[in-house]
Formats: sequence, C-alpha cells, structure tokens
Amino acid sequence: MEILMSILIGILFTAATYLMLSKSLLRIIVGTGLLSHGAHLLLLTMGGLKTGAAPLLGENAEFYTDPLPQALILTAIVISFGVTSFFLVLAYRSYKELGTDNMDNLRGTDRHE
Amino acid sequence: MNNLVILPILIPLVTGILLIFFNKNIPLQKWISVIASIATIVVSAILVQTVFTGGIQTLEIGDWRPPYGIVLVADMLASLLVLTASIVSLTCILYAFRTIGEAREKFYFYSVVQFLMVGVFGAFLTGDLFNLFVFFEVMLMSSYVLIVHGGTKVQLRESIKYILVNIISSALFVVAVGLLYSVVGTLNMADLSQRISEVGQPGILTVIAVLFLIVFGLKGAIFPLFFWLPGSYQAPPTAITALFGALLTKVGVYSIMRVFTLIFYHDTEFTHGLISILAGLTIVVGVIGAVSYWDVKKIIIYNIMTAVGVILIGVATMSTTSITGSIFYVVHDMIVKGALFFLVGAMAILSGTFDLKKMGGLIRNHPVLGWLFFIAVVTIAGIPPLSGFVGKLLIVQGGLENGDYVLAGVVLLSSLLVLYSVMKIFMNGFWGETKLSVTEEKGSTKGLILPIALLLSLSIALGVGAEWFIPYFNEAAETMMNPSIYIDAVLKE
Repeated sequence: MEILMSILIGILFTAATYLMLSKSLLRIIVGTGLLSHGAHLLLLTMGGLKTGAAPLLGENAEFYTDPLPQALILTAIVISFGVTSFFLVLAYRSYKELGTDNMDNLRGTDRHE
Repeated sequence: MNNLVILPILIPLVTGILLIFFNKNIPLQKWISVIASIATIVVSAILVQTVFTGGIQTLEIGDWRPPYGIVLVADMLASLLVLTASIVSLTCILYAFRTIGEAREKFYFYSVVQFLMVGVFGAFLTGDLFNLFVFFEVMLMSSYVLIVHGGTKVQLRESIKYILVNIISSALFVVAVGLLYSVVGTLNMADLSQRISEVGQPGILTVIAVLFLIVFGLKGAIFPLFFWLPGSYQAPPTAITALFGALLTKVGVYSIMRVFTLIFYHDTEFTHGLISILAGLTIVVGVIGAVSYWDVKKIIIYNIMTAVGVILIGVATMSTTSITGSIFYVVHDMIVKGALFFLVGAMAILSGTFDLKKMGGLIRNHPVLGWLFFIAVVTIAGIPPLSGFVGKLLIVQGGLENGDYVLAGVVLLSSLLVLYSVMKIFMNGFWGETKLSVTEEKGSTKGLILPIALLLSLSIALGVGAEWFIPYFNEAAETMMNPSIYIDAVLKE
C-alpha cells in the first residue's frame, strides 16, 4: 500500500513542479495546491498505513492508527489553506494593478513607476 | 520548568492581538508597541542571565513530559538571539514611526510586526521540529503581509515571487519532517538527537539532513538558493527591509546551526563539507553582488549573503573556537545590518533616490549621519576595536586550526571587498560635491538618528567589551559542541 501511495505522491509532485514552471500565475497557484496535497499525503504515508481503528478511545480496539501524523496534517492543511487564500487574493490584486498574469511580464528588478 | 521561557513569545502575541483593536488610534499604537518591545527586551535580558547562572531552561507546555509534549528550550544560543532580535525590533519600530506613513500605520502595521516577532522568538526557543515549522509559518505569513503592505506595483510583483519560493520551501519542510518521522519516530529535537546517535546516522538520515539544508538554505539565502533575496528585499520600505535583513535570514541560519550541531553531526565529513563549500560560494556571490551595484539598498542586501556565508563557515568547521565566532558574528551582524539599512534609508530620504550616483556631499549638511555611517562601515568590515572583528577573528582562527586555509582566505578576502562596497557608499554619498542644499532635500532625518545611534553604540559596546561578553558566547558554543548537555536538560528524569 505504501508503495502505491509513494507512486501517487511522486505523480503529484511531478505535476506540481510542471505547473509551477509554467507562465500563467493561476497555473502556478494550482501547482502549489498539488504540492501541498502531495506533502500531506506523504506525511500520512510516512506515519505508516497499518490497519487499525480510528484513533478514538471509544472504539475499544486492540490497535489504533498513529494519531500524530493526522494532527500534523491537520495543522499543515490549515496553514497551507491560509497561505493559499492570501496568495489567491494577491494574484487577483496584482492582476488588477499590473494588468497581466504572465510571469514573463513580471520580470526584472527595475522599478515600475 | 520555568515560565520565563515563554514570555518572549507571549508578550508580542498579546500585544499584536491588542493592537488589532486600536488600528485607528496611531499614538496609542505607538505607545503600546514601544512599551511591549521594551518589556520583551527586559524579559529576554533576564532570560540570558538566568541561563548563564542556572544552565539551560526548559518549559514543558501543559506539563506533558518530553518527548510527548511540546517543549520550549532556552539555551544560551537561543536566548542570546532572542535578546538581540528584540533589541533590533525595538529600533525598527522607532525607525518606522518617522518613515512608514499614516496609511500603512492605520492598516495594522504595528500589529503584524509583533506577530513577526512571535514567529522569530518562537523559532529560536522551540525544542520540537514540527513546532519550528509552525513558528516558521507564523513568521513567514507576517512577512508576506509586510512585504506587500502598501500595495505598490513593485511590492506586488516581488511579493508573488517571495511567497511562491516560501510555499515551496514550506512544503519541502513538511516532506522532510515526514521522512524523518518515518525513520526515527519522534519530532522532539533532544529525543531525535539521542535516537540518531544510537543508530549512528545511516545513509538515509544524511539524505534527510541535506533536505533540511535545502529547506533552511532557502530561508537563509545560501548559495544556489539565494535568487529570491535581492528582488524581494528591494521592494518594501526600508524599516521593513531592515527587520527582514536583520532577522529572517538569521532564523534560517540559526536552524542550520541547531540542526547540524544537535541532530545531524555524525557524518560531518559529508554534511559539514557540503555546508562549507556552499558557504564559501555564498560569500563569493555576495561580495560580487555588493561590489557591482550602485544602488545603496542592493549593496547592503548582498552584504547579508556575505555574512550568512561567514557564519556558516564557522558552523561547518565545528570547533569550539569557530562556533563561538559564529555565534558572536550572528549577534553582531543582526545589529549592524539593522543599522546599515537604517542609514541607507536615511540617505535615500534625504536625496529622494537609492541611486548612489545621484547622491553626494551629504556629510556637509549632515555630519552626525556621516560619522555614524563611517562607524558602521568600520564595524561591518571588522576593524579591531569594533564588534565585527572578534567574530571573524575566531572564525578564521578556527579555520586555520582545522587546516581549512582556502575558507579562511575567502573570509579574509571577503572582508576587504565588503569594506570596499560600503566605503563606496560612504565616499560617493558623503564626500564630494554637495548636490542638494538643505532646502532642496526631499525629507528630514529627524528622529532617525536615535535608532541608528542605539544600534551602533550597542555594536561598539559589543566590540570594546568583548572580554566581558565572551563568557556568554563560550557557554553557548559549549552547549552546541556537546549535545548531551542539551539532551540531559530536556529529557531529565
């Protein structure tokens, strides 16, 4: 199971890298979304995918799945959610101000004004 | 157990929240910010003294014993950096009073600065890798807001790149934490260090160590990963650039120091060899950039890279002498980079441009500013009575003792070029023909001299009183060279 998940995560990372190297800003943001999905799935996989009950003590099971990676993922998800929403608004604002979403036109270190 | 450890995080956090409610009342915001910053300085000074007399202080959050709970650890390195960062942040706030403008002040500027400090102090004080990631995000999120704050076109353009680079490095951080957890099964730094020393760092852990080097190198702008730095730091107003230049890259450097002395120190031939090569190249690129530009802000930005390289060479050498030098140099560099950004900011306010070729003769009308700049120049180059000297001396001495003649030579040569690059600003900006009379100047330096003088007098005290300060730095290096001291303090029975 871990092998299968690793291949999937690898595909996600490949797609994310490809998208982030493209010119359009929205594709780049989609790429960052895929990258964080890959990272979160990797955390889950690395914690081990053994079969066990959901980590609720009321289940009275003999084995539980590891609760730590789930807590880490939950934290990482809300953080990347906050950052992504900020990034999306920034992209919207800069599209309005700069009038382009092509990264080629956002080059250089000269001042615009 | 000592609740003092959490106060440097708690004070700016509460202040930041409090300031949200008073965003229209600028005088009140200023008073609250200054009082809170002074309180943080006092608390961190007490923390330094407590660590000096009583050894490493730890705080187990919620009484959960490590490695199960989150633990905050204040050893000498962390508490010294917290003290320095709090002083720099106070001066940045004082500098912002005069320069940042009312529109930005009304829009939660002081609040975000306090949240940035929460992230920086938290990153210094945490004893847990995932918690370090969270504090990194607190710091980065505030820095995203600060870098785009005001929304000029340059800021919008550069902040897109800055945010993208940091999102990628944060994802890599999560990946690195996940891989490390799968191999070792813990995230507490002391516990990690103990377990890795039991298995002796096999190949997979060296791979993870290099991944961590990439993550922290992206934050700290080391050689192949520095490309985002010049553009992003150019965009925001000077007070914010000073805060970033003095603190943010140093958090990356601190993390490299922490991780590679506490956790991954068993395969030094490869990891520390890699760090020393990258550090050498960082210095080379930094001085090339600093020498080639005529934009005063750019020159100082490239000098940040040079300093990062010098510090990492001390870390890579891994002897008590060189690590003492590195810690001294980090503290010195945080102070003097803040002062230099303030100075070039003041020059730009007077002449209305960052272009060095359009400035000239400022020393006639502004002698105090000119001589302060001269002090900063000799400090950053490492002229003996001042603070840059002690750190570089120890780093070079450690390098020579270890037989790294090339690296020691690079450090010495870089001093020369750094001196040339900042002296170029002094000679072209302050000497020569006066291009603007007092009435033609674009602004005044009223109120800007105080934060600059504060930082520079501190830097002079650090250099002249080195004998008095060295025991503190020695203790910090002692702890870093012997991870067992740290482990025993955290995992005590």
